[in-house]
Amino acid sequence: MTRNPNRPLSPHLTVYKWGPHMLVSILHRITGAGLATVGAAALVWWLVAAASGEEAYESFTDWATSWIGIVIGVGLTWAFFQHTLSGLRHLVMDIGAGFEIERNKFWATLTLAGSILLTAALWLYIVMGKAA
Amino acid sequence: MSVETSQSGEPGASPATDPVTRTPLGKVRGTGSAREGAEHWWHERASSVAVLLLFVWLIVSLLRLPSLDHRGVTEWLRDPLAAVPMLLLVAATFWHLKMGLQVIIEDYVHDEGNKFLSLLLLGFATVGGAAFAIFAILKIAFAATGMPR
Repeated sequence: MTRNPNRPLSPHLTVYKWGPHMLVSILHRITGAGLATVGAAALVWWLVAAASGEEAYESFTDWATSWIGIVIGVGLTWAFFQHTLSGLRHLVMDIGAGFEIERNKFWATLTLAGSILLTAALWLYIVMGKAA
Repeated sequence: MSVETSQSGEPGASPATDPVTRTPLGKVRGTGSAREGAEHWWHERASSVAVLLLFVWLIVSLLRLPSLDHRGVTEWLRDPLAAVPMLLLVAATFWHLKMGLQVIIEDYVHDEGNKFLSLLLLGFATVGGAAFAIFAILKIAFAATGMPR
């Protein structure tokens, strides 16, 4: 299709300077998709394994406590906290609050820091509980 | 409502009163171009609050369990006060994730045939996943104690 070069182009995403609000926006979608697929599969596996008996449950826990299982587990907990915090941010924005650029960026940055802190705190608690 | 003035396209005429994009019946029903109004949007928000509350409950419950081995988890899920919130968690979570993935598909899959197929498969996968999880919870909850399994 030929395009008239005199017609204006819609401003494409690449012309904008990246900010925390843009990062949090796309992370909400990425973490949501990850939780909805990998997270949901892990939840179903855990429940079905528990219902199927000790042997099936053991193969689940063997997998979940392997290094790859722990990497996925840490990833899922971070995705959960990031999606939850930016979801809460979206609920606030849904009532029409927090759209001023500085305040918007501040809370976006806070969800990024909060998800990392909460992930670290949860896994520290798990590791400490195991050590105790 | 005067059709003549709205059709004149004067600046300031809001799209909601434009008879070209809004029929009077559509305006009354408030359903818009998606034919379901803001229902999907609203359900996504409402379910998000349910999922949040139920996951806070699940995380606190699991951290408080003395053991996450098979016996510990199944004995915990046999309690109706654990099994029922767990059923609600599965239902709310799968409903929420189905709506979320649906929006992603609608945004990125442009071919009508592929979009239809993707949404059909999404529906099958989410109902199937939820069914397996719900059956598992009920099986644990209804298992008679002391029976050889």
